Amino acid sequence: MSQTGALMGFVHRRRRGAELFLLVLALAVGIGAYAAVGLGVDGEVPVNLIGYGGWLTALVLAAHFTLRFFAPYADPVLLPVVAALNGLGLAIIYRLDLAKEAAGRPHDFAQQQLIWMTLGVGLFIGTMVLVRDHRVLQRFTYTSALAAVVLLLLPLVPGLGYSNFGAQIWIRVGPFSFQPGELAKVLLVIAIAGYLVLHRDALALAGRRFLFLDLPRGRDLGPILAMWVVSLGILVFQRDLGSSLLFFGLFLVMLYVATERAGWPVVGLVLFSGGAFLGYQLFGHVRNRFNIWLDPMAYYDATPGSFQLVEGLFGMAWGGLIGRGFGEGRPDRVPVAESDFIIASIGEELGLTGVMAVLLLYALIVERALRTALICRDGFGKLVATGLAAVIALQVFVVVGGVTGLIPLTGLTTPFLSYGGSSLVANWVIVALIARISDQARRPPPDLSPDSGPTDDDATQVVRLR
Amino acid sequence: MNKPIRTVATFCLLLFLALLANSTYLQYWKAGELGDDPLNRRVIEAAFSRERGPILVGRQAIAESVPSDDKYEYQRVYPRPFLYAPVTGAFTYFDQTGLERSQNAVLSGEDSRLFVTRLVDMLSNTEPQGGSVQVTINPAAQQAAYDGLEALPGDVEGAVVALEPSTGKILAMVSVPSYDPNRLASHRLGEVTTAQTELDKAPGDPLLNRGTSTRLPPGSVFKIVTAAAAIESGKYDASSLVPGGASYQLPLTTGETGLLDNEGRACGTDRIPFAQAMENSCNTTFAQLAVELGVDAMRDQADKFGFNRQYFEELRQATSIYPEEMDEAQLGQSGIGQFEVAATPLQMAMVAAGVANGGSVMKPYLVDKVSSPSLQVLDQTEPEELSRAVSSATARGLTDLLVSTVESGTASPAAIPGVSVAGKTGTAQSGLDDVPPYAWFTSFAPADDPQVAVAVMIQKADIPRGEIAGGRLGGPIAKAVMEAVITQ
Repeated sequence: MSQTGALMGFVHRRRRGAELFLLVLALAVGIGAYAAVGLGVDGEVPVNLIGYGGWLTALVLAAHFTLRFFAPYADPVLLPVVAALNGLGLAIIYRLDLAKEAAGRPHDFAQQQLIWMTLGVGLFIGTMVLVRDHRVLQRFTYTSALAAVVLLLLPLVPGLGYSNFGAQIWIRVGPFSFQPGELAKVLLVIAIAGYLVLHRDALALAGRRFLFLDLPRGRDLGPILAMWVVSLGILVFQRDLGSSLLFFGLFLVMLYVATERAGWPVVGLVLFSGGAFLGYQLFGHVRNRFNIWLDPMAYYDATPGSFQLVEGLFGMAWGGLIGRGFGEGRPDRVPVAESDFIIASIGEELGLTGVMAVLLLYALIVERALRTALICRDGFGKLVATGLAAVIALQVFVVVGGVTGLIPLTGLTTPFLSYGGSSLVANWVIVALIARISDQARRPPPDLSPDSGPTDDDATQVVRLR
Repeated sequence: MNKPIRTVATFCLLLFLALLANSTYLQYWKAGELGDDPLNRRVIEAAFSRERGPILVGRQAIAESVPSDDKYEYQRVYPRPFLYAPVTGAFTYFDQTGLERSQNAVLSGEDSRLFVTRLVDMLSNTEPQGGSVQVTINPAAQQAAYDGLEALPGDVEGAVVALEPSTGKILAMVSVPSYDPNRLASHRLGEVTTAQTELDKAPGDPLLNRGTSTRLPPGSVFKIVTAAAAIESGKYDASSLVPGGASYQLPLTTGETGLLDNEGRACGTDRIPFAQAMENSCNTTFAQLAVELGVDAMRDQADKFGFNRQYFEELRQATSIYPEEMDEAQLGQSGIGQFEVAATPLQMAMVAAGVANGGSVMKPYLVDKVSSPSLQVLDQTEPEELSRAVSSATARGLTDLLVSTVESGTASPAAIPGVSVAGKTGTAQSGLDDVPPYAWFTSFAPADDPQVAVAVMIQKADIPRGEIAGGRLGGPIAKAVMEAVITQ
């Protein structure tokens, strides 16, 4: 590992107090937004504000104290940012619940989301307690890979999996439905990181040079081709464009970081373009998405059409710079506004200001994860942190870009904001892993000097010759 | 591995910058365009559930929004629906018509003149309130016109437009049959659709504002324009002799079809005084004058009064027509308001008002004042001259001719005791066998200090064909409207 030496002289402080202060701000966002929704929609503070606020506070504090005891050096910004996003998401979902209730279709999505959040925080705590050292996870490289593949295949099992909004990515167990793909994300990051740490040197061997690029050797193309096939498989069999993009992008980023060869992303992009072209040629749903992206208005009434996208765009445009304010917009006009399109609801009622704040919060998470990767002392940790950062960055880009019309809409959940248990729980695990790695990275290096006994003055000195 | 991680960090930064830039583009630059998109129900629904400003006549609201306890929060109400429907139009969930449409920006509160109000509303998180629109209508004149038309027998189709000659203010704008905008403004959208379909198919087109949108041959009331052209040409004045005769064979024609007569009114032979020709509405005279003056002079004079142009944005205005290409026979017919000449009641009111105002035609307008929700006047419409139709001397001459037409001619039903009234009748052939003639009447009063100019058009009423005459049907209505204005 390079550059660790440079960091030896600098000792990170724990900064748990700062984290607590930031958490108070985050809670103010979450609880304040919840109260504002009640005031805006019904003209009164929600009746259960105290209970709700207490619950949220308890969850956040539990996470905070877990860090204090089990990862005292963990990055202090991460948890508050996530708490703020999750709290805001809950408020928006509650807002949409109220809108549905007004329309005579009562929902309790916010309540369910709070339960999922509780489970998410539980998993966060569990991960922090059980995984005392992230390097343990390296042992599970192949197990994770296998588990991820199984999870990805589950929705295709007849009777278990079912299709929703055209994507075959759900499984139903009793009353619960779950998107296994969300958890597969985390497992894949671990698997890819474990694999790459072992094989990075082989992969980094230059093949032939081509236009200033060191292209990898042909025989090493195996894994990238395999990943490409997996991504295409997701696209074909599950019709899930978003996940397909996400997994492939994630793999490329990690491969590039591991091998330090710019040739890999180039090869990957070529493959991606090929896959995209193939998808466009062969699959109606891909072509449809692409056409809608080029001219959303033309497909407003079509099926499958752009009704959802255009309504989202209208909502965001209507929100303008500072938004309509809670209760003044019509975010419920967008079908399933509480999941993929939650950013459109934010844009409508909190305006560009709200959207920018949310995007910057995501950028902060990504930045903290990448900073963790930079100062991490082991390759596996570096790769996992980078991978997790890439997952969040890519997912936010794909979903927000899709909703705002920057790229074709592909359908992914918005991390921490969207209603959906699988996504929320998986993302809390991601946060736990980043926190764990950052705790390792920021911890002062163990004191290696002999602690007792007289030392020989003329002991052999290790001299570095280079 | 740190170098590529830094590259990845830069890459992520670019991703987020792209998202931020795109959101800004969407929510700031493109917001207006998306807001105007016809597919955008949000803006429409928001407007529909907003406290929209009232449309006022004097102190009385003829359209206002009252709180309602349903999804849309405010219900648009029209207290005098049938009387004012042609003016207000209707504010429906699907679209707006009339002033509700043209003044939408003010009424909904989105007009830039309401910016300060909007800002205050925004900061206090209340829904923006709309501004109010004060119209120029004189309620007594409006009522008189409506009652007059409704008093005619049968299913009447007709319109009355009254103007204040010196400003162009519209004092009355009535069209029958009318409709009830309340039905269209209902929150029960199913009923709105039903009502809309019903009104679309209803006999007599109740949704049509005949005052501004119906173009019909004006018949003899157009003789005012022909007379104006004659005097303006310098060849005649109000006291000179004009061509007369019991009958006139139009140029290029032979036989019955091209032969004009005066339906038994005395129009002398050869040359008669201009006043007699106007009093008796001599077709022979005015057809000959038109032929003599030529297409260009006639068309030029018509255009100066407002034919062939758009001048009224507040309601949908049909362009009145004076044709460009005619042979001499058609030119002769056009001189008596036949052939392809077609005018709206508003246009004929403007002809009368132009003469009344010393030859200056004022641009007609309905919106007098725009006020903020706190009743602060934001904008007051300034009267504006549309065109100089005739010289003031010509206008005086025409006024004299029209006054004698009321005093001792066909327009006598509009005479008001003690007031000098100027007027002209018209009975226009529809040109269709199964459609009875249209009765027209246009007048202004008092002749020496005109306060009101009126045009009455009766397209259809339950009256035997032979008895349809502008003077008999339209005169009393015009008189009632003028009295309503003058006696205030």
